[in-house]
Amino acid sequence: MATSVLDHAGAAGIHPERTGLWAWITTVDHKKVGILYGASAFVFFLIGGLEALVIRWQLMKPDNNFVSAEFYNQLFTMHGTTMIFLAVMPLSAMFFNFFIPLLIGARDVAFPRLNAFSYWVFLAGALFLNSSFLFNAAPNGGWFGYANLSSKQYSPGLNMDFWAMGLQILGIASLAAGVNFFVTVLNMRAPGMKLIRMPMFVWMSFITQLLVLLSFPIITVALILLMIDRLFGTNFFVPLGGGDTMLWQHLFWVFGHPEVYILILPAFGIISEILPVFSRKPLFGYTAMVFSGCFIAFLGFGVWSHHMFSTGMGPIADSVFSLATMLIAIPTGVKVFNWLGTTWGGSIQMKTPMYFALGFIAMFIMGGLSGVMHSSAPADLQQTDTYFVVAHFHYVLFGGSIFALTAGAYYWWPKMFGHMLDEGLGKVHFWLMLIGFNLTFFPMHIVGLEGMPRRVYTYPAGLGFESLNRLETIGALILGFSFLVFIVNVLKSSRSGVAAPADPWNGATLEWAIPSPPQEFNFPSIPTVHGRDALWEAKRAHGGKLPEPVRVSGAGIHLPNPSYWPFLAALGVVLIFIALMHHEAKYGLLYIAAAVALLFFSIFNWVFEPAEG
Amino acid sequence: MDAQTLHPATSTGIPNRKLAIWTFIGSECLFFASLISVYVVYRGKSLVGPYPSEIFEIPLVTAGTALLLFSSLFVVLALNGCEQGNRKKFLGWLAMTILCGFFFIGMQVYEFTHFYHEGLTMQKNLFGASFFTLTGFHGTHVAIGVIWLLTVFFEGVRGRVPPAKALNFEIAALYWHFVDVVWIVIFPVVYLMN
Repeated sequence: MATSVLDHAGAAGIHPERTGLWAWITTVDHKKVGILYGASAFVFFLIGGLEALVIRWQLMKPDNNFVSAEFYNQLFTMHGTTMIFLAVMPLSAMFFNFFIPLLIGARDVAFPRLNAFSYWVFLAGALFLNSSFLFNAAPNGGWFGYANLSSKQYSPGLNMDFWAMGLQILGIASLAAGVNFFVTVLNMRAPGMKLIRMPMFVWMSFITQLLVLLSFPIITVALILLMIDRLFGTNFFVPLGGGDTMLWQHLFWVFGHPEVYILILPAFGIISEILPVFSRKPLFGYTAMVFSGCFIAFLGFGVWSHHMFSTGMGPIADSVFSLATMLIAIPTGVKVFNWLGTTWGGSIQMKTPMYFALGFIAMFIMGGLSGVMHSSAPADLQQTDTYFVVAHFHYVLFGGSIFALTAGAYYWWPKMFGHMLDEGLGKVHFWLMLIGFNLTFFPMHIVGLEGMPRRVYTYPAGLGFESLNRLETIGALILGFSFLVFIVNVLKSSRSGVAAPADPWNGATLEWAIPSPPQEFNFPSIPTVHGRDALWEAKRAHGGKLPEPVRVSGAGIHLPNPSYWPFLAALGVVLIFIALMHHEAKYGLLYIAAAVALLFFSIFNWVFEPAEG
Repeated sequence: MDAQTLHPATSTGIPNRKLAIWTFIGSECLFFASLISVYVVYRGKSLVGPYPSEIFEIPLVTAGTALLLFSSLFVVLALNGCEQGNRKKFLGWLAMTILCGFFFIGMQVYEFTHFYHEGLTMQKNLFGASFFTLTGFHGTHVAIGVIWLLTVFFEGVRGRVPPAKALNFEIAALYWHFVDVVWIVIFPVVYLMN
């Protein structure tokens, strides 16, 4: 006899539904936290996109003065910082949060309140960073903040303080999430789910968390040193005081290179989920995919100075980093061939997620090709600081990460929201995005090799850059429009979309075994797993299909209590940084002390509040 | 109510919170490795003095190091007492651990003040900048550890850390050991290798 969730809500430990804003502020449910990440990330993606459109409008014609040089510097700095830290990373976090517990057959992450804390700190950091526009002091030293342009002497305003402190806040969010997901994947797998049976998205996300845990501390130190220079007048990166600007570059890129693998590995994972389902064939070379992912992460710590080929490191360093960079193409190539092997001979289902997944493969390969061109140090001397590099990283970050994240959105939307997105509009989105993307970024290979420099607000007429730049701007407008199509799809489907069954795509993994959207406790009973592609295996045992799962009462299932301490602790963190910005004010030290007190007070209450009902 | 005892077994057999503190410690190793690297990279590069050999008081710092080292032994004894349900052993050795932590911080405060009077500030030269940053962050970690251990102590006094909840103390102890190990690297690299 099916009973309604609400009948048993009070008695069973399922919390009577908190409503409205309070429910969201106090949530510790990984699915809600995932949606918070996704919604916020999408808004920041649009803001970053707007910054890009203004850049493209400025570059549409030579000697343009649509924006000033100073504002242009803010635009490209914020575009890069926003897209990396406020769009791609939190969009990946949306999928980590919503789906890692479901994919491993768990009820939640290892530390639900720490999970909520990570989100609120992320949001605080994102708002802190963007609030700089209100003071006309948006970061303007590039997303990589090279010293000693970033010093107080050459960046006297608050711009680079916002940048350094904003990134520091975001780093805290990422580190907390890194610990959480690392423990979750290792410790909370369903019985029978050995590591070598985990879905590939879980593997890639797990490796990503390890990269975060090992690389973020390094940028934390770099940012601390920069802030101490700027706030307290030390000379870590000030040449006149003995400081070495190269130290900044080394510290930054030892973080920065693993960071780009943090941006792409989850995308690899998503593609490895989608291709098998839409080819009706298991992933080709599962073990090779696992090991190549591990190898990419490991090697990723050994290539950082390929961002520094033009800094005069000498022939030995240049050669070593060239070779290491070429090497890393190998495990990446293994993945591409395995994806092709997955689709080969499969029964291809051309649905929207598959369009974006196939688009990913093509675009990412192109990005990889320009990447391996960069790996040769002498060739890179021509390419570096030109639009050729801009072309490369947009092919891997947009053509790669964004295409894959979009594929993931269409794939997992029915599970998250309980209705299908419109296929017709999805295909329009795809074609506009593919065409707009290539029109925008392909010509950049050409103008880059012809010498158009990066990060310069205009170019003179007569150098041959005009027509391609105009084409790129048109492409960018088409690209922007494609996302309007997506928004229309989302709004239309939320109102009148087809209700989604539990398993609309004939999926291979456990999330498709529960209703769409899932109930708060995920699984009525924790499944036992006997192999890879656990759901296909279960369907085979049941004659090919499983019955549509019913919603149950969840009586007797213990879930963590909602809590507002993660929110308050996050507030404490960001208030500390705001107070640091005012440390020279009359009661500056008092503000800092008060913020620290709020943080400690929140942590104490968090630790001593009962985690479960 | 301890959530850990209510939960089913973990896939690795290690409790979630223990695995978490080890993970966090692993990450923090990279943090201190970076700070120590900056100190090493800038060693000998200061444009003006005071220089390390002129200003270090090795005997004092050695005493502080010994205190910190012994405190790790004391916290093991305390944890042992906690796990056995031996209240005197648990709280006695924990109090000793906390005292050692206090004295170590006291040593550092004295050292920093002394250096300041000798004219070494963060701004003076690269030695000042990198030394105070590295040891300052380490000292902050010690201070957080002392607060954490004090919390466990007061919870213990109230009888809220029985053997069944020894894991909570064990996690604090692991953090304390990490803080000690970092100092075991800093002491030779900064003070002895000159």
